[in-house]
Amino acid sequence: MYDVLIIGCGIVGASMAYELTKYNVSVCVCERSNDVANGVTKANSAILHSGFDCPVGSLEAKYNIRGIKLAKEICEKLDIERIQMPTFVVAFDDREIKEAEKLYERGVENGVTGIKMLKPEEALEIEPALNAKMVAALYAPESAIVNPWEYAIAMAETAVKNGACVKLESKVEKIDKIDDKFVVVTSSGTYEARYVINAAGAFSADVYKLVGGTELEQTNFCGQYHVLDKSQGDLLNSIVFPCPDENGFKGVLVAPTVHGNLIVGPDAYVVEDGDDVGTVSPLLDELKEQGHKTVPSIDFRESIHQFAGVRPNTQIPDFVIGESKACKNFINLAGIKSPGLSSAPAIAEEGINILRECGLFLTKKDFYVDHRIRIKFRKLNIEEKEKLIKENSSYGNIVCRCETITEGEIVEAIHRPIVPRTIDAIKRRCNAGLGRCQGGFCEPRVRKILARELEVSPLDILMDEPGTYILTSKIKEGK
Amino acid sequence: MKEIICIVCPKGCHLQVDENNGYKVTGNKCTRGIVYGEKEVTNPTRVLTSIVPIEGGMYSCCTVKTSEDIPKEKIMEVMELLKNIKIKSPVNIGDIVISNICGTKSNWVVTKNM
Amino acid sequence: MDINYDVVIVGGGPAGLAAACSAKENGAKKVLVIERDIEAGGILNQCIHNGFGLHIFKEELTGPEYADRYEKMAADLEIEIMLNTMVLSINKEKKIHAVNATNGVLIIQAQAIILAMGCRERTRGAIAIPGDRGAGIFTAGTAQRYINIEGYMVGKNVVILGSGDIGLIMARRMTLEGANVLACIEICPYSNGLNRNIVQCLNDYDIPLYLSHTITNVIGKERVEKVVISEVDENKNPIEGSEIEINCDTLLLSVGLIPENELSKEVGIELDPRTKGAVVYENMETNISGVFGCGNVVHVHDLVDFVSEESVRAGKGAAEYVLKKKKSIKKVVKVYPGEHISYIIPQKIRIKNDVNKTQLFFRVDNVYKNGKIIVKDGDDILIEIKRAHLAPGEMEKITIPSSKLERLKYNNIVLELLV
Repeated sequence: MYDVLIIGCGIVGASMAYELTKYNVSVCVCERSNDVANGVTKANSAILHSGFDCPVGSLEAKYNIRGIKLAKEICEKLDIERIQMPTFVVAFDDREIKEAEKLYERGVENGVTGIKMLKPEEALEIEPALNAKMVAALYAPESAIVNPWEYAIAMAETAVKNGACVKLESKVEKIDKIDDKFVVVTSSGTYEARYVINAAGAFSADVYKLVGGTELEQTNFCGQYHVLDKSQGDLLNSIVFPCPDENGFKGVLVAPTVHGNLIVGPDAYVVEDGDDVGTVSPLLDELKEQGHKTVPSIDFRESIHQFAGVRPNTQIPDFVIGESKACKNFINLAGIKSPGLSSAPAIAEEGINILRECGLFLTKKDFYVDHRIRIKFRKLNIEEKEKLIKENSSYGNIVCRCETITEGEIVEAIHRPIVPRTIDAIKRRCNAGLGRCQGGFCEPRVRKILARELEVSPLDILMDEPGTYILTSKIKEGK
Repeated sequence: MKEIICIVCPKGCHLQVDENNGYKVTGNKCTRGIVYGEKEVTNPTRVLTSIVPIEGGMYSCCTVKTSEDIPKEKIMEVMELLKNIKIKSPVNIGDIVISNICGTKSNWVVTKNM
Repeated sequence: MDINYDVVIVGGGPAGLAAACSAKENGAKKVLVIERDIEAGGILNQCIHNGFGLHIFKEELTGPEYADRYEKMAADLEIEIMLNTMVLSINKEKKIHAVNATNGVLIIQAQAIILAMGCRERTRGAIAIPGDRGAGIFTAGTAQRYINIEGYMVGKNVVILGSGDIGLIMARRMTLEGANVLACIEICPYSNGLNRNIVQCLNDYDIPLYLSHTITNVIGKERVEKVVISEVDENKNPIEGSEIEINCDTLLLSVGLIPENELSKEVGIELDPRTKGAVVYENMETNISGVFGCGNVVHVHDLVDFVSEESVRAGKGAAEYVLKKKKSIKKVVKVYPGEHISYIIPQKIRIKNDVNKTQLFFRVDNVYKNGKIIVKDGDDILIEIKRAHLAPGEMEKITIPSSKLERLKYNNIVLELLV
């Protein structure tokens, strides 16, 4: 029996496991997919927001502000790609200036450091790519962009190194409470725990229903993005928002990514199915118009990819964090939409407090792993590259040409805790395949390496989730 | 009058073949077109290319082709011959994998040294 | 590890091999080809079909056989080929930074560099095909690699988007391996591939070609289950109400090739936005002295025979550069594409004493019948050639005698099409 069972290993579940394994408790994380960080965490704006957007006094505000401070430390310790860069909210008329000023005041009240209103010349001096037609801009310097899946993966791997059990392909189907014990039936087996944490993202209301919780309604909405070539990533060194429109929608942001690309998005439309991440055409075109409003020089012909991400939302206009009403010792970390990525480690800290209040005795371990290094061959200088290849010649084989990713990095990733078994799992750990050719060159080579290291047939290597087979059969076989 | 496109070279001339007049060909820009035009209308043939599994080669498969053109209606039958066989490295361009395929003069031959 | 060479060629495919041989034949002594794959031959290794070599060898060869001819030539000329080696960067001083597992990091100093990196394929993301994100969507070249080199089938019921040659070749390839190719979808009102390929890849196997159609949705969360195709209008916009669903499990994309110019951009080579490749002189030299380009990295070709010819010019240019064969340049003439012309190579011509003609290679922007190709100097017509049939998928060439270029009113000429 585990002390704590966490449902979901996205950014929230991973943060929770990372935090919890610093204590002397046994932890199990059940993830429905065949890899961690494969749901909401995989597809979002990848921004650590400064916090001016959250309603004053909300949990969102509280955890956003705290979360981005913790993020800075965690990203340094665990070698997660994070780049500090300011956020601009750009106003084009009087109504918008008022909106921006509202956000400014909210920011001040929420405790956002360094936030100020700028005149157009001041804003353009910091960020020349902004639309010169603007009349004012809100400026918040403490935001950052991060590698969102690496963030979750690094914390999950560290949690495993500290004793957590991460069970993949373990969708929770039934939860029984017998006396003070939870019996959790999943697709990979049945597990028992004293406490259960619901970090199930787009499915958190469904999971809550399993313990009889009916007061949460899941209202997921989907947002699409364009990802543009690195040549466009050079355009900007900031995160750029338009002003919220008359309905209060945040609008389409333009931001660089840690990989050097540019993303433009998201829009927002309701989806029934938490798994519905298809993209929709006329809406994709609208994103281009919206992006050009704030950053007119974007060349959308350099688009290399589109994706859509689900935002888990409930009817409650804030995070739903706390011991559930329906079931003792069942803790909800639900409805974690934006700023979920920014808030995650702070939500995990609160999770620790809630567990204590629920009676779990938590003593910190004397020693736990809190450090990780990921070799990024591309970033090494010549001497470092030489040394690395001498130690291990597989670092001399470049597999992904667009991103300069070596066989050494891919093999290293395969042998980390939480084994990546698919093409996309490797992409999330090493960046192989997310460049401009989108895996056209490296996919067959990554497949060969995976098959060799995992000792499986190349036919068994999937693209991502179960069912996403790529190859059908060996050639020339059969009748 | 049959209108066909010549496939002998990348020019792809538009040919007219008169089946009522001894298969006379017009529209060709070279003499190979005349031969092709008549053949295509009376007894069309094709050259096929494919791969076979190989043991000990740098890849798991080696490329092959039919040494001569084979009747079009036998295409799938000729392809079937490559199923469930394996050749052994080393092989050289021109090595015969299967001779006299489907009763023709053509052979499946290797097109890559492996 | 420091190494010095006269000419270093980046890429050991058909362009690189032909350029290397030519450089050696024209007097360069130390010639090195750097190739990232386990063997030379480049894309020819997976182009197992025939149709190569009709011009150069007067024989119809398959891709691997054509590559073999050049590999033998290179071996006979004692050209060094460094395999499994990736070039990471080049600089203006012609220092090349490369890496491989055996030697680690290599810093190679060249006198002249020839860029022959080829091109990559346009992806689903580049043309923003909306829909579900299931597996089963491949670019035609990646599918070709899986089938012809790795020996795996990628699907059973296939739809192909794009009727350029790669798409057509793969339609036949997959059919011959037992797949069911259901349709070839083409957004233009004409096919971009060679006529012979329409016949021997689609017609032979009764595969329908839907011209003026495109794919407007892909359905299938885990694996492709169907695609929705729509007719398009003259502006290539989908016509509402014309949707047809095709059940399939595989979608191959043959929607364009993009010259792979990362190295070129980094070193500051001027690129032509029309070709996405380098701006070159008639000897394939770029704006950086001693750096040349040839093959698909300069402009995407239809026939490998023309790649080889072009690469021979680049090799010669590089050798002459190394041997410091200073030729007095009488003038530099810029070449501009006029009406109905998509691009022209070379974009600049240096008129020299010993060259009495220059070839211009170009593509038109649509299918035309009975047109006149005109080369103008201002309003004066220098050359006028009639052509019965012109198409974007067929690169054209014309020859200009140097004598016509010596007495120009302006220092540029315009090549255009009158229809």
